Amino acid sequence: MTRINLTVDGEKVADDVEARMLLVQYLREKLGKTGTVIGCDTSNCGACTVHLNGQSVKSCNVLAVQADGAEVTTIEGLATDGQLHPVQEAFRECHGLQCGFCTPGMIMQSVDLLKENPHPSEEEIRLGLEGNLCRCTGYHNIVKAVQYAAEHSSGAVEGAPA
Amino acid sequence: MTAVQDAPAAESEIGKDRRRKEDQRLITGRTRWTDNIALPGMLHLAMVRSPHAHAKVLSIETAAANAMTNVVDVLTGADLGEAQGVNANAWPITTDQVTPNHLPMAIDRVAFAGEIVAVVVARTAAEARDAAELVDVEYEELPAALDLKEAAADTVLAHPDLGTNKSAFWQLDSAGQGSGRAIDEVLEEARRDGIVIEREYRQQRLIPAFMEPRSTVVDPTGEQITMWSATQIPHITRFLLAATTGVPESKIRVIAPDVGGGFGGKLQTTPEEWITWFVARRIGKPCKYTETRSESLVSAHHGRDQWQKLTLAATKEGRVTGLKVDLLADLGAYVGIVGGGVPVLGAWMFNAIYKWDAYQFNCTTVLTNKTWVDAYRGAGRPEATYAIERMMDELAAEVGKDPLEVREMNWIKHEEFPFTTVAGMTYDSGNYEAATAKAKQMFGYDELRAEQEQRRANNDTVQLGIGISTFTEMCGLAPSRVLGQLNYGAGGWEHASIRMLPTGKVEVITGASAHGQGHETAFSQIVADRLGVPFEDVEILHGDTQVSHKGLDTYGSRSLVVGGEALVLAADKVIEKARPIAAHLLEASVDDLEFANGRFSVRGTDQGTSITEVALATFASHNYPEGMEPGIDAESTYDPVNFSFPHGTHLCAVEVDTETGGLKLRKYVCVDDIGNIINPLIVAGQVHGGLVQGIAQALWEEAVYDDAGTLVSGSFVDYLLPTAADTISFEIDHTTSPSTTNTLGTKGVGEAGTIASTPAVVNAVVDAVRHLGINDITMPCTPERVWRAINHSGGGGADPTEESAMPHFSPDGPNQDHGETGEGEDL
Repeated sequence: MTRINLTVDGEKVADDVEARMLLVQYLREKLGKTGTVIGCDTSNCGACTVHLNGQSVKSCNVLAVQADGAEVTTIEGLATDGQLHPVQEAFRECHGLQCGFCTPGMIMQSVDLLKENPHPSEEEIRLGLEGNLCRCTGYHNIVKAVQYAAEHSSGAVEGAPA
Repeated sequence: MTAVQDAPAAESEIGKDRRRKEDQRLITGRTRWTDNIALPGMLHLAMVRSPHAHAKVLSIETAAANAMTNVVDVLTGADLGEAQGVNANAWPITTDQVTPNHLPMAIDRVAFAGEIVAVVVARTAAEARDAAELVDVEYEELPAALDLKEAAADTVLAHPDLGTNKSAFWQLDSAGQGSGRAIDEVLEEARRDGIVIEREYRQQRLIPAFMEPRSTVVDPTGEQITMWSATQIPHITRFLLAATTGVPESKIRVIAPDVGGGFGGKLQTTPEEWITWFVARRIGKPCKYTETRSESLVSAHHGRDQWQKLTLAATKEGRVTGLKVDLLADLGAYVGIVGGGVPVLGAWMFNAIYKWDAYQFNCTTVLTNKTWVDAYRGAGRPEATYAIERMMDELAAEVGKDPLEVREMNWIKHEEFPFTTVAGMTYDSGNYEAATAKAKQMFGYDELRAEQEQRRANNDTVQLGIGISTFTEMCGLAPSRVLGQLNYGAGGWEHASIRMLPTGKVEVITGASAHGQGHETAFSQIVADRLGVPFEDVEILHGDTQVSHKGLDTYGSRSLVVGGEALVLAADKVIEKARPIAAHLLEASVDDLEFANGRFSVRGTDQGTSITEVALATFASHNYPEGMEPGIDAESTYDPVNFSFPHGTHLCAVEVDTETGGLKLRKYVCVDDIGNIINPLIVAGQVHGGLVQGIAQALWEEAVYDDAGTLVSGSFVDYLLPTAADTISFEIDHTTSPSTTNTLGTKGVGEAGTIASTPAVVNAVVDAVRHLGINDITMPCTPERVWRAINHSGGGGADPTEESAMPHFSPDGPNQDHGETGEGEDL
């Protein structure tokens, strides 16, 4: 067991974890952050995407011990003061989700994408989301949602910490 | 019959692009997936699965696993025995169907790689999985029936005790049932003085690959045993748990909480559910099993997997006179809940939108030693649509006409509805001319044809192909009497109830069980309109058999067409129950009351009361008519009178690089006629998602087995689900011919995109290279297959996929584990 200290969605937490425990397991099993989900076992689907120190990572591909001292943001910490993040709002507005299982990862990845490129072309959006699988939407409305977020919320999205 | 009766047109909820009620919790991670559930003392299960396609189980050594820390028990098939129940087939397609007994856990023989032979129960999932590695199973391998055609010839038996691999033979014959002429006669005429086209198409095996892996939690600690499961069918699961495990139905509660997609893949009662049920009851503690993705791909049922032999008869001008279909359908190792019913659902769809003299459909279902095959989005209808829409292009090439012109020569004209087809179905409504005209215009059909000409004339290395698919499907499964005639084990009705709460809120309980479709939104719109209450005040409850005690769940594009109609009937009953109470409260005659926009008013006066006020009055019950019961809640069970038949015209442009075989989707246009639309936003989402699933069959996806019966496309590394980078944005629109078989005039849209898009894309690919002498490319149309077809070295009808996984890592690549020497060695 290894002791880790980290900040998750703005709250400081500490736990003893097995060295092999994945960050996604830690979030779900230890912290009850079940908004972040597991969709595969080969790091293809991206459903477990979170932000680690402000950058998107697949949390199935990070060990919990690697997050020691880090700041983690999950889908549950994205809205602030009861206000949806513009990307969350855009996904609802554009019907960018159906079953919603890929959605946490898809939103977290989209936030990161827009942070790096606030005004992406359709192709840049499609390439930027290549690591996240969705089986319901055919991606059409997910792409639209990212475009919508870029158009309607440049300040909020660009204002995210680097 | 009018499309929308009594609906206040001015502020109608129906037709609004309402944002979904479901989304708030899904975009904030406030979800209830089954795997999120944690109960006090809950134990975790890990399955031990056979690596062999067909083998005797000689012995299972469990002591080492049992000795591991925090392992509670290790159970084998012998421990479970008959008490585990069975996984049933609900639709034996013939009375003499050969159906292997399907125990959730095998006892002495396994019939596919991935079948469960033991389960480990431990305090954590990780400990259970660790211990499962220590279960030592001794197998004696048996010859496996793997190839569908060889299996059909009974060369190797998948289940030796059954004596044959042929599960059933099912026929539909137009002469036999009196819906058309004899096929042999028509083929004879065409051979003498017309055109006969023979083709064989492969419907490759696909994997539904819903994003949420299946998960089941069973809590045996209450008086009712509760099962949460990632399923499309909580009601059917409850019934079959009772029927096969001996627990009284009244002691069983099944809950489908948030369910992350299904596409037919969760239309099943699974060995994993049954084993979790058994273990939890035996140990007396809550138990959870959540599959890994790799387990999901190998054990959750697959889809498609057919050989289609087609013989089409036509006149020299291109009028089709008949079609004969000989189908081989792979069921896999066991007959699933729909099982042979899946290919049979295609029987009425091979004739599609066309008028023929004769038709014969012959289907043989075959058992093999592979993962079982059952419903996958479209279920039988995509396969049928693919076959006929490919054949119509072949016919067009044969007679030298534009493929749209040949279709128009053969399709049912809009003034001919209702139309009884050569397969014996009566199509309710449609307008193929209108949908096609609109699609052509949106697509720029003539311009793209001109560009194609140009590229051919220039011998351009990039050729343009235009693919067409004019499809119809049967939605709204299903009239119960029809299902009875087909030997299906259940009915096709749906149930709804409406509770008028004293505070003015409305609880609607539906037997449909959503897993991403947006029922909470669309059903709220229907009820809000009907009862004249605010959209926000309607709450849709579903997916819990204790709340929704009666239902037949969600599949086959039935929720709106059947379940929606049940809502309408229940709402109408609420209004009728409220009417005499309203009259009493208003001291008016019932005959003088009219109901509109949620309000009963006394004709010719300004007096009135709202239906929610009546609800409150019945809650207090201080003042209501003598002899009546104080309440206006109502329920209804709706059994459809007919299927509905949406249709559409899909046009696809594909660029093919003739030097590399590379493909590029350039444009995709579809105009679907799905009758009246409740929520255009949700409809568009269904169409987009369906299109990509269908396109994925055409271009990317295939479940591939090696010659030992191992699924080599057994992870998301090898099973090619399309990404955002592979796909394009679509141009979609609608024409509207309201269904005449339900009062909402709706037709169903869940499967349309998937059904239509596969042939549209393959027709486009073939069209791009037809001038090079190519008339078929096997699905998925990979660049390799296209290149081979162009270079005359295969790629056509019988070209199998390489039976091995691609190497995932190059030994010379960076970050590779090179073993002890640290050098890159060839293994």
